Amino acid sequence: MKVAFWPGCVSKGACPELYVSTHKVAEALGIELHELTEAPCTGAGVLSEQNPALADSLNGLTLAMAEKLGADLMTICSTCQGVLSNHNYQLTHKPERMERANAVLSEQGYTYKGTTKVKHLLWILVEDIGLDKIRSLVKRKLTGLKIAPFYGCYILRPEEYLGLREKPERKNYLEQIISIIGGEPVEYHGKSKCCGFPMVTMNRDKALMMGGNHIMEAKSKGADLLVTPCPLCHLNLDAQQPDAARVMKQTIDVPIFHLPQLLGLAFGFSPEELRLDHHVVPTTKALEKVELKV
Amino acid sequence: MHVKMVVGRYAPDRKLDGELGAPYPPPYADKPRKTYQTFEIDLHDEAMVLDGLIHIREHVDESLVVRCSCRCAICGSCAMWINGHAKLACTTKMKDVIENGAVRVEAPPSMMPVRDLVWDMGPFMEKMRSVKPWLEGKPVSPDEEYRVPNEAMDELVQEVSCISCGACLMDCESYAVNDKFLGPHALARAYRYANDPRDSMQQERLKEYSDPNGVWDCTHCYECVHVCPKGVAPLEQILKIRQMSVAAGYTNNAGTRHALAFAESVRDSGRLNELTLMPKSLGLFNIKAQLQSLPSAFNLLRAGKLPPIIHHKIPGVTRVKAIFKKVGGPLT
Repeated sequence: MKVAFWPGCVSKGACPELYVSTHKVAEALGIELHELTEAPCTGAGVLSEQNPALADSLNGLTLAMAEKLGADLMTICSTCQGVLSNHNYQLTHKPERMERANAVLSEQGYTYKGTTKVKHLLWILVEDIGLDKIRSLVKRKLTGLKIAPFYGCYILRPEEYLGLREKPERKNYLEQIISIIGGEPVEYHGKSKCCGFPMVTMNRDKALMMGGNHIMEAKSKGADLLVTPCPLCHLNLDAQQPDAARVMKQTIDVPIFHLPQLLGLAFGFSPEELRLDHHVVPTTKALEKVELKV
Repeated sequence: MHVKMVVGRYAPDRKLDGELGAPYPPPYADKPRKTYQTFEIDLHDEAMVLDGLIHIREHVDESLVVRCSCRCAICGSCAMWINGHAKLACTTKMKDVIENGAVRVEAPPSMMPVRDLVWDMGPFMEKMRSVKPWLEGKPVSPDEEYRVPNEAMDELVQEVSCISCGACLMDCESYAVNDKFLGPHALARAYRYANDPRDSMQQERLKEYSDPNGVWDCTHCYECVHVCPKGVAPLEQILKIRQMSVAAGYTNNAGTRHALAFAESVRDSGRLNELTLMPKSLGLFNIKAQLQSLPSAFNLLRAGKLPPIIHHKIPGVTRVKAIFKKVGGPLT
């Protein structure tokens, strides 16, 4: 299947391991990635709240680029998914906003008709590729690993923009993927809560506690690792974990995997190929449970 | 319908049988824990969660304390955690929330109960009071009522539906770790007055709401929008205050610096410059905050994850610049 691929800023910045592992997994699954190299940042909600007209135009441009390519727009970031879904909803439900955005886009040689579907890799895995196909590609079952899903806010809320009213099962796709590759999903309250990242510059200690509390809850339920479809959650839960541990005066030490890293592991890629050796919190102990080393 | 209701009970003056709950988080860490008791009851198929609780009180254990009045989402008395999410017990159908034959109800960990399902509304009311939820009058002519254009009221009508049930604060992520945060309910109420044309205190309000523990401490998780039973969408009202306070010039805070640095980076390169966003947001001369963020930058560097020192522009950056020029407004 061919997709217009929007990698987001973070997978090309502080989380290169997400970009690399997405390419590995896409190739294995036969997802043809056409990267939108000229598309702008979504604004992560920050631009939307200060200037909706600007955010409509920037995201309208990305949506129009995918439309021109004639493919679904694939994201690998819950935040990009949320913002693009939000603006796609506004543009296609409010004619005056569509008209305003197109007046800006037409000067740049684009018009958005409103036909693009924005889908996170997680949704494509279950809805377009299918669990049977994924099962058939598993070369290394992750038996014995207890894996806690961590969704991130913007892939779950607001429900009406994300199509969750029509497809409520999207709230459980991570658990489905974890089970299909042989892992044991860990059920815990924090899985659909906020990682704290949006608040880290405004109230650092509390933002770190927010993420830290969720990891500790998952750990208390036996989780060996957390898996997330959002690189911003990854930054707060992995890169900031030593700081969170210091603020909370607790040992945390739970590795955080990106979704394609976890899947790639089950598909037989080596931990190095998936850059599991480039995490702040070592992935060693979790990998040893499935007899792997980095 | 047969259902097992697991009820989180709290009665500091007597011993209850049942499963002991987790200790309360601060500031209630020294309080006794909740006790979970299971009641097996039979109800009709269309029963609400509140019907179940009243059934228990009337027929099984008269000591169960539950607060309710209107039974139709007007009074806001019966907000509680139902399977770990804030809902009104009176409008939540039992059959919609049963999981494996059981449903769990309790006051959430961030709301200290007075007894059983009745939680202390004191802190909630105090937050509301602190945003001054009343009109500070402009002089009104004694001969005529104050006329307000319909459009001005359309802007506020969403918040006016609020019944002060507390559901949004119960599931507020920021409040769960910081009890000083004003929270979604009070801030939505704050917007209702800050944007009322009859109010004379708008500037003072915007300044105050931009202070620490105000609008910029919201983590933007949409939980309040999700759980509000009346469609108030508190987050959206918080974002409107943010927009108004930036426009009014109350910009000396990390939230505004972050928004402006973000916009600048997208405008100039088409993408986010992760390397400069954090220092610019914290304030370049805020040495203490800059030092606090250093260890995590070092951790990134050691893991080989630090963003490239030379920030590359996207190939389509001229298009982005043109869009900013056209509709960037105050962000250009």
